[in-house]
Amino acid sequence: MLHYYLKLGALSIRANPALSALMVVAIAIGIGACMTIVTVRHVMSDNPIAHKNDVLYHVQVDSWSPAEPYQDPDKPPEQMTYLDAKALHDAGKAYRQTMSFKTNRVVQPEGDDTRPFQLEARATTSDFFPMFDVPFLYGAPWDRTSDDAEERVTVLSQALNEQLFGGEDSTGRMLTINGEEYRVSGVLAEWTPVPKFYDLNNNPYEAPEALYLPFSLAATNGFSRSGNTSCWKPVADGGFEEFLASECIWIQMWIELSDRSEKDDYLQFLDAYAEEQKALGRFQRPLNNRLNNPAEWLADREVVDDNVNVLLSIAVLFLVVCLLNTIGLLLAKIMRRAKDISLRRALGASRMSLFAQYIIEAGMIGAAGGLLGVGATWLGLRGIESLWSDYDFIQYLVRMDWVMVLLAVALAVMSALAAALYPTWRACNIAPASQLRIQ
Amino acid sequence: MEIGPIWRSMRRNKGGFILIALQIAVTMTIMVNAVAIIQERSVDMARPSGLDEANTFALASVSFVDGIDKKRLIDEDLDLIRRTNGVLSATSTNSFPLRRGGWSEGVSLEPGEGVSDSSTALYFSDEHTVETFALEFMEGENFAPNHVDWVDRERNDWPPVAIVTEALAKDLFPDEDGSYLGKTFYIGNDNPVSIIGVVDRLQAPWPNWAGLERSMLVPQRRDGDFVRYVIRTEPGLRDKLMPQIEEMLATSNPDRIIQSVRTMDDVRKMAYLGEAAMIKLLGFVVALLTAITGLGIVGLASFNVSRRTRQIGIRRALGATRASIIRHFMIENFLVSTVGVTAGAILAVALNILLVEAFALEPMAWYVIPSAMVMLWLVGQVAVAGPAHKASNVTPAIATRSI
Repeated sequence: MLHYYLKLGALSIRANPALSALMVVAIAIGIGACMTIVTVRHVMSDNPIAHKNDVLYHVQVDSWSPAEPYQDPDKPPEQMTYLDAKALHDAGKAYRQTMSFKTNRVVQPEGDDTRPFQLEARATTSDFFPMFDVPFLYGAPWDRTSDDAEERVTVLSQALNEQLFGGEDSTGRMLTINGEEYRVSGVLAEWTPVPKFYDLNNNPYEAPEALYLPFSLAATNGFSRSGNTSCWKPVADGGFEEFLASECIWIQMWIELSDRSEKDDYLQFLDAYAEEQKALGRFQRPLNNRLNNPAEWLADREVVDDNVNVLLSIAVLFLVVCLLNTIGLLLAKIMRRAKDISLRRALGASRMSLFAQYIIEAGMIGAAGGLLGVGATWLGLRGIESLWSDYDFIQYLVRMDWVMVLLAVALAVMSALAAALYPTWRACNIAPASQLRIQ
Repeated sequence: MEIGPIWRSMRRNKGGFILIALQIAVTMTIMVNAVAIIQERSVDMARPSGLDEANTFALASVSFVDGIDKKRLIDEDLDLIRRTNGVLSATSTNSFPLRRGGWSEGVSLEPGEGVSDSSTALYFSDEHTVETFALEFMEGENFAPNHVDWVDRERNDWPPVAIVTEALAKDLFPDEDGSYLGKTFYIGNDNPVSIIGVVDRLQAPWPNWAGLERSMLVPQRRDGDFVRYVIRTEPGLRDKLMPQIEEMLATSNPDRIIQSVRTMDDVRKMAYLGEAAMIKLLGFVVALLTAITGLGIVGLASFNVSRRTRQIGIRRALGATRASIIRHFMIENFLVSTVGVTAGAILAVALNILLVEAFALEPMAWYVIPSAMVMLWLVGQVAVAGPAHKASNVTPAIATRSI
């Protein structure tokens, strides 16, 4: 029977090729529009460190001005002062802790024909790499002792190692950065967390830094800060020493606990630290220290661009239009065959068998639309990529994974069934022989 | 006319007509809101920065070796640039409009810690900045050479005078209707700054900042590893001079890099990349949607015509003219569209309110709704014209045939 209905469906679809094509294309475009935006949104709202969500925490202490909160409603600063980051890091109360900031460095490759070039670097501590599961291709992070000794050691991204050392294992080789010699301690494997959860300032959708070096070295030598620096209180006269002692925030601080149950202990430790600072005349705001795991931190910072949400609401409505279009056409098509249907009913066809026949015909249209819709999604993503082609990170935001392909297919099937249901129901309700009178 | 009977006959076949009216309504909802967003973004993109963008470019110099006399290097660079034929003016500064990175400070009417009265973008400047940025004075005048000094890194004091935009002056002194010259405000808690000039327009570096028009020139030069030069050329010479000056600076001193060489046109393009892409994307969506809805109406009308072939034949046999058959389908479509666009107007306003609340968009202009209504009425009439014409070709003889 199924085979027979499939054949009937195919015949009926072929009887009106233009309109059948219109229905298929409308479903495909609707699904394509929807899934394009859903895919981009899925990538942008991902948590790339979800597997450590229980143990990683972004640390905030409220060192801001007594006159007003850092941000309404009563949010503590998004970054940390050097004073606080250093004190909390050196206390070592967590299993691992890292403080970091973004800086610019000039790399001077060997050889006369290669010009020096500037790149974005991250000043951080050795714990950064194991905390965030940063994969290494060669070598390893520098030791904690290198952090303490302010040693000139560095970790390179895979791309930078390719550029500087032709992709060889460069562990132990020397590299000139801003006129100083650094020893390469390791080379990262491909690593592009989207969003860049560990530093959401500036742009959460940008590539990780190409070069990593010890925080202590960068801080004491006054390496330039290329991220955000915010101060509620002017820096006292006296140069860089005074900047380090200032209330300016510019450091991202994260901790890793060995177990989530230690979170309360760490919060208590933060509160005790804040009380200590209050006694010294700092921290004049009410206690407002926070530990956010990566998922909470991404939600708190609302990283997903509003444009994407606006587009998503429009894309969903777009799919609705495409479905209404298909429902209307299917209905018109079925009602045109009202005479056939009433004749068949008069000859003994059950509602069930009519239902099966028309739902199969509609299902065929829906399935074709769905398959085409996956293709349309791919095209849509290429369209987004070319519209934003001047933004080189866009390639990481338009990737379709299997979850999205399956979702596209599921959405197509659901759409097709939803589109088929009403016309089929109408067909089943045509009374036997009602249309057979001669008018 | 025959509106009454047509309306009554439509009510006997509600399902199909409700569907098409709904489709028109949702189409209109999307169309109106997409157009509203396109308008909002276009207005944003059209805001002038204040600079002579067509003839201005910027580049950065990064020194990476200790022991360079940075003040001397900057003076030498500027001297080389200014002496180049075709260069109108050049300055070293920390940032410029549309760059999306810069320095902002809170400013107050009273000295001391506390909540700031306003905030402003800062451009560290010399006496050439006004000409390089092509600023127009509303009152007051440019810095004199003795106003401008190098920053002292050991002391964080602020120069006593500044040039501000009118928007900043207005924000600080909303009740002032005379002159802003000589008015004093405080920066960095308790450094008094006196206004010596007011310019009509100079955007802050962040296009999405609410205080975009508030900025000030600080007569202070800053020596660092990183310095930006902004260069304004005589009309038409920018593209010729840009590579020439880049090469000249790169060879004049090998202990630094010249990078980020960009015309203001490029800077603007990058600053509004998202807006431009949204406009194209939404324009495409509206076109596609109109096409789908138009084709849907064509398809539906064709079905209706072929379903009613006999009735049309009967009407023709009873004396209806071809024109009245065409009119029948046109009026039918007009009625469906009317229901659709009326519902669409309500839905569109509702969605607009939601979008405005959720994403802080601008409320749409009133005329978008009637324009979209007329547009969709026209689309419907054009779409139904073909099938209606086909219907008018049905011969009266059809009426005499049985099934």
